[in-house]
Amino acid sequence: MIQQRSKKGAVTAVIACAVLLAAVILLENISLLLPAGSVPNVLKPTSQLFAVLKKGAVYSLAAVSMNLLNGFTGLFSLGQAGFMLLGAYTYAILSVPVADRAAVYYLYGGSAVNFSFQDMFGTIFGTEGVGGAVSLGLGVAVAMVLAGCVAAVFAYFIGLPVLRLKSDYLAIATLGFAEIIKAVFQWQALGPVTNGANMIKNFPTFSSFNITGADGTVILRLSTFFPFLVSMICIAAICLLINSTYGRAFKAIREDETAAEAMGINLAKHKMLSFCTSAFFAGVSGAMFAMFVTNAQAKVYTTTMTYEILLIVVIGGIGSISGSVMATFLYVACSEWWLRFLDNVTVINGVQLPFLRAGFRMVVFSVVIMIVVLFFRRGIMGDKELPDLFKKRARKEGTGK
Amino acid sequence: MEFAISVLISGISVGGQYALIAIGYTMVYGILRLINFAHGDVFMVAGLLGIYLSASLPLYAALPLVLLLTVALGFCIERAAYKPLRSAPRMSVMISAIGVSYLIQNTATYITGGQPMTYPVIPFLSDTVVIAGTPTKWVTILTPFLVLALVLALQQLINHTKVGMAMRAVAKDFETAQLMGIRINSIISVTFIIGSALAAIGSMLYFTNFQAITPTAGALPGLRAFVAAVVGGIGSIPGAVVGAFIIGICENVIKSTEFTVFSDAGTFALLILILVLRPTGLFGEKVTDKV
Repeated sequence: MIQQRSKKGAVTAVIACAVLLAAVILLENISLLLPAGSVPNVLKPTSQLFAVLKKGAVYSLAAVSMNLLNGFTGLFSLGQAGFMLLGAYTYAILSVPVADRAAVYYLYGGSAVNFSFQDMFGTIFGTEGVGGAVSLGLGVAVAMVLAGCVAAVFAYFIGLPVLRLKSDYLAIATLGFAEIIKAVFQWQALGPVTNGANMIKNFPTFSSFNITGADGTVILRLSTFFPFLVSMICIAAICLLINSTYGRAFKAIREDETAAEAMGINLAKHKMLSFCTSAFFAGVSGAMFAMFVTNAQAKVYTTTMTYEILLIVVIGGIGSISGSVMATFLYVACSEWWLRFLDNVTVINGVQLPFLRAGFRMVVFSVVIMIVVLFFRRGIMGDKELPDLFKKRARKEGTGK
Repeated sequence: MEFAISVLISGISVGGQYALIAIGYTMVYGILRLINFAHGDVFMVAGLLGIYLSASLPLYAALPLVLLLTVALGFCIERAAYKPLRSAPRMSVMISAIGVSYLIQNTATYITGGQPMTYPVIPFLSDTVVIAGTPTKWVTILTPFLVLALVLALQQLINHTKVGMAMRAVAKDFETAQLMGIRINSIISVTFIIGSALAAIGSMLYFTNFQAITPTAGALPGLRAFVAAVVGGIGSIPGAVVGAFIIGICENVIKSTEFTVFSDAGTFALLILILVLRPTGLFGEKVTDKV
């Protein structure tokens, strides 16, 4: 799924991705296939499972993009939330339908940007039936690519002064930029564009991708499939980049800057490339995050969010893409779903269990994270990828014969 | 004019409180080359301790106890989260610091229920005084003097005692200091103890002014104090104090204009400017990288 060194590997990876996507579609629509009433709670569309899958898909892209920078290039940047914010706002601003603009921007008497991609494509392909679906898909896709581009352009200008700094200074400077971006987007004077400190909403979200029949009932659910598809494409692109000559240059920079420079690697160019690419994908994941939470609001994209993503990367193993993806789903599932019971006051046989009440989940969770950070420093995967594990086993079997 | 004076006074006062936090950052960075992200949260915990202890104990007993417990916390954090990683890459230690900060914030949310808590009124410090026509609290007036006294004492400790000499040696060269028979671990612990004690004093002054404490209340003052330490030249104690006053005044000046949203952004913009133009800060020593 991850490393595509040979043709055979590439084919296997594509097949694995296709199988996974098909499984997601099946899982999502199983409630429509089974007779109503026999559907287990877990598979109902309102189940936590799907929220976890969607959020996991969004965060895995954010985590992989952070891993590209922190794990593969060795640039310790803490600006991820800032770039996600840029992506989220770009997407939101360009996607709110013109008809809804007055309602969303009511505090500022309408929006300064009276244009949305979905409407634009709607005039070409029509707004009903297949034409409507095409214009929705194209509108969202173009807005997402632009979201990434805006983040990348900002990253370029931020990178010019900042990338000269070393390790922890770089971290704190990127963190500072993320805070500055957050403040700018909350500025009242920019209200007609960014809606000030209020949220932007009413843009197409994941559930807009569910296909509905004429009477409004859902025929085919695609709301979980969509984030999976986008994340997969983006992560595949990052994999290709990492396995290219650029990727090898990134790794050389991570191992030893001076040696890499002596080998003829242009440090400034490659660092900037890594920084902008990472920002691009962070922007895309920010756009998806906005779709996931169905609004865009600057105050959500805090340093805590960056820390969260960083901790995911660490748990997965710094320098392992499959590790980051697995860690994301584990992290999101634990924090949103599996450990929920820790937050509820539970009484068994008339005895109230100690400690269990609101907030305990996060305490347990952060203790687990500290244990990983202190005692399992290499995370789940270290710097290995998923296929490496199978490869090693295959080779061992081969020598055994 | 009165407005300008009140802005300046509160700027100096907040600056003094940041200075007490910034010293903790700068000393730890000077010795371990680590941005101790958890330091802001230690400051917040000191605030919470103040609330809980003063609820059950008289103030004259509660405040010293706050100091003691905060010091213990700082000591434990260093022993538990940073010491095992002494030979690990710098990034691992920094991630550990972020993890500790996450843990402290979540634990504080669990214990307080996430609601803002109100800091107790410390008599005299919270009393109102009128200066140049503007009413303000006594703490505002006292902070700068208290800070100066503490910093002078600290300077004496660092420049004229055996422990201080060891600290300077460790900051200069970790390994050589070890070879010279300095007990690195105890020196690092002393650094954390001093930093935490100053943060505890800082929290008493700061939260007398801004009484609401939430579990994330330490994050921003912590970051600002760190910026102050960088502006002043990280590793230098007088630098941290000067930087903290600059940051405090800048922040209050920005807050008094219509650009209130940008008070933190301004702080960070200053940080980036300093890092780009003069990475060693105002008082930092120039270091050359060796291969």
